[in-house]
Amino acid sequence: MELVLELRGEIDHHRAESLRQRLDKEILESGADKVIFDLSHVTFMDSSGIGVLLGRYKLFATRKLYLFGANETVDRLLTMAGVYSVMPKYEENL
Amino acid sequence: MKNSAIIKFQSLSQNESFARICVSGFIAPLNPTVSQLADIKTAVSEAVTNAIVHGYPDSVGEIEMRLYSDKNLVKIEIVDDGAGIDDVERAREPFFTTCCDGTRSGMGFMVMESFMDSVTVVSAIDEGTRVVMTKRVGKDSEMGN
Repeated sequence: MELVLELRGEIDHHRAESLRQRLDKEILESGADKVIFDLSHVTFMDSSGIGVLLGRYKLFATRKLYLFGANETVDRLLTMAGVYSVMPKYEENL
Repeated sequence: MKNSAIIKFQSLSQNESFARICVSGFIAPLNPTVSQLADIKTAVSEAVTNAIVHGYPDSVGEIEMRLYSDKNLVKIEIVDDGAGIDDVERAREPFFTTCCDGTRSGMGFMVMESFMDSVTVVSAIDEGTRVVMTKRVGKDSEMGN
């Protein structure tokens, strides 16, 4: 089963904990074995966002996790942090 | 032309976005590229978050953001009077973090160093931390990088 989770707005330390809780809840409730984080509507992200994503990778290590639609700025941060090495870009259309 | 501004705010997480908005407004007249503006906003967000999370872990204190510009050079200082950092060199190592709530990556300083031209950290236990960052902005600066 595939689950697409849409993230929106600015992802910083202020929003990280509530976002983490929402993502964990939706992933666990869905039972999906393939999760795509849709970043198309994320306007800002700092290392707190990286922490949320890498934390989900560690927590849901048995599932396939992908990232989709990061804008140029967010994409640069994800690339620099090496996130795509464990959570690849989802290349197909959603 | 030189310019400066000093902004003080409480170490509340909702002020992370406030700090980003302030620095964006300050550097806008210098005509930064979209990429440079994003870099500076991200670096400020990291420094302010560190001050909130590590400077004042159990209390609310004051954070001072000092902004300076001279021609195309931007200098930003994020200053707190909080707990201070025991070992600055270790704190600057990638993936080092003292937090374990599942949202911290330990990449704050790494991001600052990657996105700014220079980052200096001065800290003393129980006295606080001062992070000083500089970056040249404008299309000419980007071509020189």
